[in-house]
Amino acid sequence: MAEAPQETLAGKQSVLEKMPDHPAIRAMLAWGVENLTGALFDRGELTLTVPSEKIAEALTAIKDAGFNAFVDMTAVDWLPSEPRFQLTYHVLSHAYKQRVRIKAWVSEADAAIESVTSVFPGANFYEREVFDLFGIRFEGHPNLRRIMMPDGWVGHPLRKDYPVEGYR
Amino acid sequence: MVDVGTPVLQAPTAEGSKDQHMVLNMGPQHPSTHGVLRLVLEIDGEIVVRLYPEVGYLHTGIEKTCESKFYQQVVPLTDRVDYLGPLANNLCYCLAVEKLLGLEIPERAVWIRVLLTELTRINSHLIWLGTHAMDIGALTVFLYTFREREEILRIFEAVSGQRMMTSYFRIGGLAMEPPLDLFDRIQAFITTFPEKIDEYSNLLTGNPIFRSRLLDVGHLSPEDAIALAVTGPTLRGSGVDFDLRRDMPYSGYEKFQFKVPVSNRCDCWGRYEVRLEEMRESVKIIQQALDGMPGGPVKADAPKIILPDREKMKTQMEALIHHFKIVTEGFNVPAGEVYQAIESGHGEMGYYVVSDGTAKPYRVHMRYPGFASLQALETMCQGRMLADVVAVIGSIDIVLGEIDR
Repeated sequence: MAEAPQETLAGKQSVLEKMPDHPAIRAMLAWGVENLTGALFDRGELTLTVPSEKIAEALTAIKDAGFNAFVDMTAVDWLPSEPRFQLTYHVLSHAYKQRVRIKAWVSEADAAIESVTSVFPGANFYEREVFDLFGIRFEGHPNLRRIMMPDGWVGHPLRKDYPVEGYR
Repeated sequence: MVDVGTPVLQAPTAEGSKDQHMVLNMGPQHPSTHGVLRLVLEIDGEIVVRLYPEVGYLHTGIEKTCESKFYQQVVPLTDRVDYLGPLANNLCYCLAVEKLLGLEIPERAVWIRVLLTELTRINSHLIWLGTHAMDIGALTVFLYTFREREEILRIFEAVSGQRMMTSYFRIGGLAMEPPLDLFDRIQAFITTFPEKIDEYSNLLTGNPIFRSRLLDVGHLSPEDAIALAVTGPTLRGSGVDFDLRRDMPYSGYEKFQFKVPVSNRCDCWGRYEVRLEEMRESVKIIQQALDGMPGGPVKADAPKIILPDREKMKTQMEALIHHFKIVTEGFNVPAGEVYQAIESGHGEMGYYVVSDGTAKPYRVHMRYPGFASLQALETMCQGRMLADVVAVIGSIDIVLGEIDR
């Protein structure tokens, strides 16, 4: 915890103005900054929000910019707000020694997003986990089936309307 | 509950493949799967054609449980995820919440954290070495590694009262000042430990059976390793020189001098070499931590977040109120989200904590290295002999508790 607290940059404009040299921001500028729906620099971590239909494109742009290692992906259920599900991808660059968080939102009515396994094969199990526990479908995933829960399970345990204890 | 449709079932069958392919089930109850991992293997004679890992037998929904606990109550849950490296879990979670809170940790607590986390790494590697050698058929090494592990567990017990489920690191520092003789005990342990590593090495490195079971087995190229999100010693065994402790330091690691062992062999032997060397480097870090151990408090000055000392709680009104408030209501954490990663014994361990401003985490996601390493299993085993699967599982050092969560 030795590093000095850094200022928070909220909003696309201020992040783009104050951090033009960040490799992820440069990648976004090259890819098409109009696609970016939001940006936040908070607690030393950069978050970029992209439209859900452009997720694979955005991750390809990030990957080409040197963010070579897919680390993690997960979802957050923001019931009752709409769109309900926030998908979070964490990508790391071995060369720049920096991380970037890419976010996309999907609604409950159409809980589906493009699979990024074609860009990062390492996302395979992570997408299966989100499919299993949140019920979000990944279009184009090579083997989309439950991973933690039994195949015949009803419901998605990490959704906020799923009880923590007791019988279903 | 919204129905999202039937999952696309692609159960592993021999359908579509040649008649001579056989489907073989390995596990979930199998001594060399290190827990309850089930592998479905499609084999052609003795050659592995395809391999499907089936996980989830230990799934406890620990991420869901975290959402119903106060922030400080999550610490004991984290011990149970990677149960072979309990303090590394505590460290990662505490760092994530401290980042959310913007809390400064006293120097002494930081150093003790590094000291004990490195001991945890040795503990984790000792279990890996013992069980890996046992899988290969070298039964003796297990007895020697568990002899040293016993001493580490006694140190953990002296520090926290628990051998495995330590929960010693708390949000804002440590649970309490460590016992007086702790540093002497650790010093005594690390003085003799390098000889013990030589002992293991003497038993294994020159052993012709061990060599032929590991050399050129389980090949994983650096490109594949990165693509499949493999991290830690498995990644470094594939020749990628990346260690979070050195390259993206956290918890004061930038103050320590150590080498990052890398092997370009890209096989099980490379991973063996890397882990053996890592134990020696951990000893160096522990020595530096012991030599430079600063004095001072082990808890941050944040009475609304950290429980007061017992003495104060019994004698001061204000401390009693804080104690009561923390235990009954927890403490609110500013809204936001953080991803904190550390280099655990197995690879990159990360906690993604989302706060909505209340006293309970809105979402805790745990990123554990074993889950990703398992994806690489098929790549490493394809086209190889069935017996090599056991050696490869041992070499990626998985713990099913961290995979299934």
